Amino acid sequence: MKKMTYAEAIRDGIRQEMKRDSAVYLCGEDVGKFGGCFGVTAGLVDEFPGRVLDTPITETAIIGSAVGAAAVGLRPVAEIMFVDFTGVCMDELFNQAVKMRYMFGGKAKVPLVLKTICGGGVAAAAQHSQCMEAWFTHIPGLKTVMPATPADAKGLMAAAIRDDNPVIYIEHKQLLGLGGDVPEGEYLVPLGKADIKRPGTDVTIVAWSWMVHRALAAAEALAKDGISAEVIDPRTLVPLDKDAILASLAKTHKLVIVHEAVRTSGFGGEIAAVAAEEGFDLLDAPIKRVTAPDTPVPFSPVLEKAFLPDEGKIIQAVKELF
Amino acid sequence: MKHDAEFLRHLYRRMISIRLFEEKIGELFLGGELPGFVHLYVGEEAIAVGVCASLTDQDYITSTHRGHGHCIAKGAKIGPMMAEIFGKQTGYCKGKGGSMHIADFSVGMLGANGVVGGGYNLAVGAALAAKMRKSGQVAVCFFGDGASNRGTFHEGINMAAAWKLPVVFVNENNQWASTTPYRTTNNIEDIADRAKGYGIPGVVVDGNDIFAVLETAKAAIDRARAGEGPTLIEAKTYRIKGHFVGDPEMYRTKAEVQKHFDENDPLKNFAHKVIGAKLLKQADLDAIASETAREIEQAVGEARQAPYPDEAELFADLYVEGVK
Ligand SMILES: Cc1ncc(C[n+]2csc(CCOP(=O)(O)OP(=O)(O)O)c2C)c(N)n1
Ligand SMILES: [Mg+2]
Repeated sequence: MKKMTYAEAIRDGIRQEMKRDSAVYLCGEDVGKFGGCFGVTAGLVDEFPGRVLDTPITETAIIGSAVGAAAVGLRPVAEIMFVDFTGVCMDELFNQAVKMRYMFGGKAKVPLVLKTICGGGVAAAAQHSQCMEAWFTHIPGLKTVMPATPADAKGLMAAAIRDDNPVIYIEHKQLLGLGGDVPEGEYLVPLGKADIKRPGTDVTIVAWSWMVHRALAAAEALAKDGISAEVIDPRTLVPLDKDAILASLAKTHKLVIVHEAVRTSGFGGEIAAVAAEEGFDLLDAPIKRVTAPDTPVPFSPVLEKAFLPDEGKIIQAVKELF
Repeated sequence: MKHDAEFLRHLYRRMISIRLFEEKIGELFLGGELPGFVHLYVGEEAIAVGVCASLTDQDYITSTHRGHGHCIAKGAKIGPMMAEIFGKQTGYCKGKGGSMHIADFSVGMLGANGVVGGGYNLAVGAALAAKMRKSGQVAVCFFGDGASNRGTFHEGINMAAAWKLPVVFVNENNQWASTTPYRTTNNIEDIADRAKGYGIPGVVVDGNDIFAVLETAKAAIDRARAGEGPTLIEAKTYRIKGHFVGDPEMYRTKAEVQKHFDENDPLKNFAHKVIGAKLLKQADLDAIASETAREIEQAVGEARQAPYPDEAELFADLYVEGVK
């Protein structure tokens, strides 16, 4: 084990796979000499000459060319600086990258990682703060990965690169500096395997990305009030580890889902539907969702604080079940 | 020089307003008073002011993430701009937009934009509306050298050219797209060369010389107003400040930046010319500068005192209520 930040762990995951497989390359705006807008890819340009490419501001071509390169045998890690800009390359992602294999009757494979970052809390306003994972989970053929800890960040990045399918890997701005133990050497976290971030017996809280940490803080506070919360981090939304969630419900019989994305058509609705369809008999209380409201992300810090789900809102939702 | 003293004072007031506003914003940001992040327009003042001088309040502009200068040049007020950047209720957007999203539709400023290359087609649409209504209005789209590589550049300019829309595309080639030097992502020296591919005029102008910008922009705006279609102007300049305030600028040397500033500061250029031609005195410029500095101090004081938005504001202005 080695102490690393989340950002360093992502880099370590990319480095591990670039060393292992010369077909892997990294491209995006300012990813090379500058090391990316958030410093995540710092130094890789020197370690892997010719395989870290600074692109023009051209999201369409960043993802479009990655699809083409992947279809003929390379394994691109293509960065979109903020998840908010994926709208620019949406066609390349949802009509090209993920349709190729199915539409061509299994002829093609597109092992592409779209690496990007989401999230609020830094007063970056409506076009630089969003959580849009539900857009991506609604695209069959695409996998959606959202790590919450340094170890997961490394292992999931490596697994995403090794996966033969298009994967969107979404980091979170609030987590970049978070430290933690990360396994040294080759390390992979399989896609589709949830992690119990805190075991408990009275209520299941499902949360991902930054919200895992807010859920853990809430669980800590709830413990003092005699409520034992289990915090489950699915880590990847597609594929979703339904079994882990249902197994937890079999124990707690209560479900609270927390996400930073806005409420309507958020992925929390999908998890609630899974629980209702496949775990109805396990539940003995209504399902609760703690989410951002259905508005764009406001700039002013007082409004953004009201917008974001936090420990207090999670505690309140849990207590309403008891 | 054919400009009268009153007009020259106007130009200087707008340019020095931008310069001092930006310097104040930089200082406040580093002092921890401003949330989010801010991009400054220092060194590019002659472009926005030189272009907007030939526009009326009825004409439109679209702007960028580096939008404070465009706002001031188009006639937006410093008070509500400052309050917006502080995230206060009295700001132009009630604190919901911040630095990257200031808009003042009352003077035709259709908004700064957090998405690089997001402005082209908005300007094209405003110009289309002007043409359909035969209103005689013109739209100007400001965009960066980095933004010139977005696909929207092609789509917007092509449609505007095909339909002869009254729009002027003003490229601010400040040599940098965040940390990336212009020539590492473009295979041509002049973005204006691309105009040929759309069958419209493409003009390179010294963006640090407001008189050159004025003349070039006026010709393009007149042409658009006369129904002859778009022009692509490339104003060459240099980004004096970091990409954002706090940028460590590891990708260039201080000496390089200083050299550009010493040789090309658009405000110094202006002063040199108007004083040399005996149209204004240094004392005239100093008076305008100190008046502007006072105005900015007052805006800061008011923004500090102003309330933050009420939490209920979170849900306001999402949809238009009611049906017409
Ligand atoms: C679609 C999109 N891609 C990337 C970014 C991130 N970004 C913000 S400003 C910028 C550089 C813009 O360069 P340029 O267009 O030359 O404008 P300048 O900053 O020099 O004024 C980048 C890459 C963005 N905001 N939007
Ligand atoms: Mg630029």
